[in-house]
Amino acid sequence: MKNLTSFISGLLFSLGLGISGMLNPIKVKGFLDLTRVWDPSLIFVMIGAIAVYAILFRIITKRSKPICEKDFSLPTKKDLDFKLITGSALFGIGWGIAGICPGPGIANLATGLSSAFVFVIVMVLSMWAVRFLESR
Amino acid sequence: MTLATDITWIEGLIGGTLIGLASSLLLLGNGKIAGISGIIGGLFQSKKSDRSWRVLFIVGLVFGGIITSLINKDSMLFNDIPSFGRATIAAIFVGIGTAFGSGCTSGHGICGISRLSKRSILATITFMLTGFITVYLGV
Repeated sequence: MKNLTSFISGLLFSLGLGISGMLNPIKVKGFLDLTRVWDPSLIFVMIGAIAVYAILFRIITKRSKPICEKDFSLPTKKDLDFKLITGSALFGIGWGIAGICPGPGIANLATGLSSAFVFVIVMVLSMWAVRFLESR
Repeated sequence: MTLATDITWIEGLIGGTLIGLASSLLLLGNGKIAGISGIIGGLFQSKKSDRSWRVLFIVGLVFGGIITSLINKDSMLFNDIPSFGRATIAAIFVGIGTAFGSGCTSGHGICGISRLSKRSILATITFMLTGFITVYLGV
């Protein structure tokens, strides 16, 4: 059951990205191109998503537990540290270079393009490298 | 700065709503935050029993991509295919950055801001800022 929920969630998430144009790096780079021709479409995607999730998050987490699991797994870190800022800064650079973030990267595997596979494989290896070094 | 002529705000709001519903479903069903980099990253360190839902979420993302490409091929990567070099460099920054910064556009930008998490608000401002600068410099 939890696998089915997860699959449907991933599917809807990806369709949302597709409908909003966010699987297309040109739309994303258009948003990041603040000083020339700016395409604010990405802001509307965030407004739609945040409006829905902000309300439903509050309603759902009033429950004692989720439907298919024993507990909610919510982030607990509170500190505004060096790691958070440096990591986010590096991520933003990568996002700007290709106009692709992790979700659209994975969804674009569907194009069968070798560049999409290169992106995902290198991204996953890089994530793994950080976690491996941190766990030592 | 001039505004683009093809701002897709209606599609953005509809797609965004769907993303919000998808994230809510994962929270209601499995109690998890729909942060893509976290879902992928967790594959490496979590227990075996915690892996299948992650894999299926990722499979769902690819299926959504397949459906999108059947409906509108132009809305995908075909428009702007990065060279292997560009894809590799971008992916190294994205992979290291999201692992180090504990999240990406979905986990920080959508789920975190919705929860009014100070960490996520700071992370989102930071990655948007460096994204703006990177595109401005024409990297």
